[in-house]
Amino acid sequence: MTRTLHRFHGGIHLPDQKALSLGRPLRQAALPSELVLPLQQHIGAAAQPLVAVGERVLEGQMVARPEGFVSAPVHAPTSGTVIAIEARPVPHPSGLSALAIVLQPDGEGRTVEYQPHSDWSALDPSTLRNLIRDAGIVGLGGAGFPTAVKLNPGPHTAVETLILNGAECEPYITCDQWLMQERPEEIISGALIMRHALQAQECLIGIEDNKPAAIAALRSEVARRGLTEAIEVVEVPTRYPMGGEKQLIKVLTGKEVPTQGLPIAVGVVCHNVATAASVHRAVELGEPLIRRIVTVTGHGAAQPGNFEVPLGIPMGELLAQAGGTTAGFSRLIMGGPMMGITVEQPQAPVIKTANCLLAVTDDELERRAPVRPCIRCGSCAEACPVSLLPQQLYWYAKSKEFDRAQDYNLFDCIECGCCAFVCPSNLPLVQYYRYAKTEIWAQEREKRASDQARRRHEYRVAREERERLEKEARAKKKAAALAEGESDDKKAAIQAAIERAKAKKAQANATPPATDPPAEQPAGEGAAPAEEKH
Amino acid sequence: MLTAIFAVAALAVAFGLLLGFAAIRFRVEGDPVVEKIDALLPQTQCGQCGFAGCRPYAEAIASGEVEINRCPPGGETVVLALADLLGRDAAPLEGGEQQKLKAAIDEQTCIGCTLCLQACPVDAILGAPKHMHTVITTECTGCELCLEPCPVDCIAMVPVKLEIATWRWPLPKPPANREEGPRP
Repeated sequence: MTRTLHRFHGGIHLPDQKALSLGRPLRQAALPSELVLPLQQHIGAAAQPLVAVGERVLEGQMVARPEGFVSAPVHAPTSGTVIAIEARPVPHPSGLSALAIVLQPDGEGRTVEYQPHSDWSALDPSTLRNLIRDAGIVGLGGAGFPTAVKLNPGPHTAVETLILNGAECEPYITCDQWLMQERPEEIISGALIMRHALQAQECLIGIEDNKPAAIAALRSEVARRGLTEAIEVVEVPTRYPMGGEKQLIKVLTGKEVPTQGLPIAVGVVCHNVATAASVHRAVELGEPLIRRIVTVTGHGAAQPGNFEVPLGIPMGELLAQAGGTTAGFSRLIMGGPMMGITVEQPQAPVIKTANCLLAVTDDELERRAPVRPCIRCGSCAEACPVSLLPQQLYWYAKSKEFDRAQDYNLFDCIECGCCAFVCPSNLPLVQYYRYAKTEIWAQEREKRASDQARRRHEYRVAREERERLEKEARAKKKAAALAEGESDDKKAAIQAAIERAKAKKAQANATPPATDPPAEQPAGEGAAPAEEKH
Repeated sequence: MLTAIFAVAALAVAFGLLLGFAAIRFRVEGDPVVEKIDALLPQTQCGQCGFAGCRPYAEAIASGEVEINRCPPGGETVVLALADLLGRDAAPLEGGEQQKLKAAIDEQTCIGCTLCLQACPVDAILGAPKHMHTVITTECTGCELCLEPCPVDCIAMVPVKLEIATWRWPLPKPPANREEGPRP
């Protein structure tokens, strides 16, 4: 079973820190006093709340429904009471708050009745996708793209290869490794379900060769089920960023995903192994995505290890359950040291995409002092796994020449941090690219807004002009009528009105007071003089 | 000799006709530069540039009468884009960067006079005589033209709330001491 592997450009070797969190068995996190469930834990539209404050919910109950196609619902991780729906701090580089459902667990653990589908192979792919969508499953590797959308290749697209990503190339994170070693049956079962949903021809599981135990566990599970023809577990070299979707596809299949395109363009769909395990739980057990495995690690954490946690547990609380922090602790990172984001507020919750809590000490990730000017050495271009020119992007981002940055394919940058890692001048290159990307998006938003404002202004000007012309026309007509005197029509109309008024008056005069008997009522003009005689 | 003169004259007539035809057939309506400049301006119609709206300002820039740095709502981005388009030097913005604001009507105080409705260049205020008015926030360009006509001062400019979806990464601080090398 040898497969010709390919290479991706660039990449770096990072010192391994995985042993740090592998020394202890998996621990179950205790329920905190409140769970914070942000409505946006995925890429796409935020979910819409289905519950009201004060409502009691059960474990596994959907508390927010997806809004639109690219979206995902949110479920209650345990039974309890909704105590608030309000803006709460969320793990985001901005440190801003976002709308979240706050749940106070009652500790009873009452669940909704889960609907297992052990006969999923009889279901058609569309039904299967709906089950996965309703379970709120999103990519658990860190991107958080709704899995059901990715499992929908479209009506006329054949999927050749389903790849399960078990590379886990960030140096500290071990949650996928733990899952592969301890629960290979869930991953293989999820892989089969995904393959059925996609109608994919082959299935590959790519794992870096620094995780021999995980490779062995998955291989023996595949052999036990007699699936060696259907699923191949492939050992790939340890090289950061092997876990990047496009990099892993390149290494396993030799196919290059086109610029700004999706893997489906080359007939490949790539999912994380943890996502596969949660698909298994959603379909075969009927359990939605309400918990995940999180690595708590770093030299700033007293007892690092892997935890199975309910989603929504505050990060500070989880860190406290891992023995709290050590003396040298400096900051908390969500994700790995290369691509993670600093979490400023420890009350921010663990969300679906949080694979790792990294508590670092001051000297652990070298504070990259001092920043020096770019000397155009080109090391960054050699390290870039997407074959970009990081130094050019840096210059253009810095001088705000965003058009040029886009000409140099800024949006193909995966923000892996290889360029910044090798930079001898310690330039925070990725920050420049992130700055340029968000700046370009903002400019596009402003452009749309100004186009809209222009249209509205033009309509207004046109309307004012039309109203002015109408007013003028009316005034002109009136003036003309006055100038030429009353027209015949009008004269005739006035005359007719006078006639009518006269007739009416005459009739009124002819009519006797109401007390008179109607029979005596005289008719015609002859009666008028008689009345006058009275 | 005569042949040559005739030949040249015939060519002149032929090309003259061709050019004349082309001038009529491919006539360009209006000044395309004005369109391009107008497309870059933020369309707030606020008049802070001293002109009656974005288009008049675009026309003035195209004719070379005014500097390209007189649009505060557009900020540095617009100055840079205009400099790029017109090949002029990017002058620093007059009045400096502005925070993005939107109008908000205090509906308790509003008397329903419709004066602001008439002032709004993009019809972003909704209301009727003697009925409460309100701002359609998504359409408001923050031009502040509605503030002045309001007889009861019930309109305030409110900063746009920072949201995760529209949040932007800051530009990293440049190296502290030394100047960087030449541009690419």
